[in-house]
Amino acid sequence: MIDDLQSLMHGFVVVLTLKNLGLMMVGVILGVIIGVLPGLGGANGVAILLPLTFSMAQTPGGQTSAIILLSCIYWGALFGGAITSILFNIPGEPWSVATTFDGYPLAQKGRAGAALTASFTSSFFGALIAVLVISFLAPVVANFALEFGPPEFFAVYLLTFCAFVGMSKESPFKTVTAMMVGFALASVGTDPVTGTLRLTFGTTVLLTGFDFLVAVIGLFGLGEILLTLEEGLAFKGASAKINLKVVVETWKELPRYWLTSLRSAGVGCFMGIVPGGATPASFMSYGVARRFSKNGDKFGTGVVEGVVAPETAAHAAGTSALLPMITLGVPGSPTAAVLLGGLLIWGLQPGPLLFVEQKDFVWGLIASMYLGNIAGLIVVLTCVPLFAAILRIPFSVIAPIIIVVCAIGAYTVDNTTFDVYMMVVFGVAGYMLKKLSYPLAPLVLAIVLGHNAEASFRQAMLVSQGDLTVFFANKLVGTLTGLALFLLFWPLVSWLIRRLR
Amino acid sequence: MSDASQSRPALRYRTAELVMAGFFIVLGLIVIYDSLRLGATWGDDGPRPGYFPFYLGVLICLSSGITFVRGLLMRSEKNGTFVEVGQLKLVLAVLVPTIVYVVLVGWLGIYVASALYVALFMRWLGKYPWWMVALVSIGNSVAFYLIFEVWFLVPLPKGPLESLLGLA
Repeated sequence: MIDDLQSLMHGFVVVLTLKNLGLMMVGVILGVIIGVLPGLGGANGVAILLPLTFSMAQTPGGQTSAIILLSCIYWGALFGGAITSILFNIPGEPWSVATTFDGYPLAQKGRAGAALTASFTSSFFGALIAVLVISFLAPVVANFALEFGPPEFFAVYLLTFCAFVGMSKESPFKTVTAMMVGFALASVGTDPVTGTLRLTFGTTVLLTGFDFLVAVIGLFGLGEILLTLEEGLAFKGASAKINLKVVVETWKELPRYWLTSLRSAGVGCFMGIVPGGATPASFMSYGVARRFSKNGDKFGTGVVEGVVAPETAAHAAGTSALLPMITLGVPGSPTAAVLLGGLLIWGLQPGPLLFVEQKDFVWGLIASMYLGNIAGLIVVLTCVPLFAAILRIPFSVIAPIIIVVCAIGAYTVDNTTFDVYMMVVFGVAGYMLKKLSYPLAPLVLAIVLGHNAEASFRQAMLVSQGDLTVFFANKLVGTLTGLALFLLFWPLVSWLIRRLR
Repeated sequence: MSDASQSRPALRYRTAELVMAGFFIVLGLIVIYDSLRLGATWGDDGPRPGYFPFYLGVLICLSSGITFVRGLLMRSEKNGTFVEVGQLKLVLAVLVPTIVYVVLVGWLGIYVASALYVALFMRWLGKYPWWMVALVSIGNSVAFYLIFEVWFLVPLPKGPLESLLGLA
């Protein structure tokens, strides 16, 4: 514990250089812009900017600077999503959908400033709780995971993916399809164990397989723009005014909702660590808050509490999704998956060893989470009108520019034009899949983790000579596998219970 | 072009659901086919390369098969509009130029293609005056050139114009 505090202090020393603080501000501002723009979000925003960090990560200490830049883009995007939800009733991010329920009515009543202040402050609170959880839980988890062998790692992957089946609101069959298609895409190219070419059908463009960054940019970028288009070309929104008086008044009101905040932060942290993700977390905590609140029946008409609940949870989940990413190498959300991809490209192996071998990096990242969220809060509170003005740029100007940015992002991943074509294919697929409510997060995570999951499965099988009971061989792996299977069959169980009632 | 004709469904849910599930079944079969070719069994030295993908293919086919059947059994009151004619037109108005754009990227380079693409949108959908179209579309490409090639030293695809200017 004392050691961890010391490491954390050391982390602050790493972060508190002029360069890193500068990157932090750049990251947060870029992140908010990305969060505000339709078609650009945390996941693909980070994916597009990832190639820019390749050369940065080569310099000494550069990996830490790179992760600070990218993670701050993520925090910024988490903040930014709320701006469009409240002012324009357009959720900039999927996890801000629940924020529109009460945020937009508040804005229509002329209380946009209060809604924005409440949302930013609770986002900050949620993130803070999650970072505290990470600071104290991550070293413990990492220490514990040092003893993991291939069967344990495969069981963790299994748990991750089964959690998607058990927790998502979508049809479990669609979740399984999306996930397996992701794994299949990941297995295209060279087999990691034997070097055999798989699923390339004699083409050379498929030799290296599908890069998940291209998939993320297509699915979440172009796909999202096509979806936004259906709503028409113009954005109509309330005007944004935040002044000190509104901020102070709202801050006076917020302590009243301490119970809602704490509960939402709890829901958020839990959903982030178990890969449920920020989006279900925000809906869940909105629902819970409505049920337990004294004025629950007023939810949906514009109450501040209805903004506090989903925002706290979304930010807590989005932040705590990094915990399994740095400790186990298993990301809890698509954006965390992109960050994990970044770590791999920079030559870092995410997982428990990171806490032993890359102390500067890990604790620098954790320290930057504290500071990045403070920076984020200040930036959004002071610059809301500026960011809202971005949305007043007509769609016919901003949409092609966003698509150009996506194309550049897809190209720079591997410097091939083939990836740009694939980006369009993934974009159309993303549009269709989203409309048919196939979940995209498990698909992306499967592409990222496909190689590792398969490798750990095959290593485990090699050790046990093909005996599947290796996944129940000891208490630890047995518990993980058992939990995974329970989550996998949870939709069936809950369906049976409903049937019996 | 009345409002009624624009909100007419271009595609209903059942059709979309069946097409997508059918597509995934075909995809699953392709995966199974290639896995069998590589050997999906247990070899002398452990699982062969097709072992893992084979089961992926099987699971894709099974789960999509269920989605397909559920689509077939969908009650007609649930079979609402997947996409309206007007919406589809808007989506295609962006998608078709985007496809042309990415093809042009490989040919003209990303800067020229992007400038043409932005210009098309602004003139056609936005009805902006020509001077503004030129300003934004060319300015955008110049800005990206400065950010990527000069500042971050990331080379992007270039075409005949750049070699004419001696930039490539």
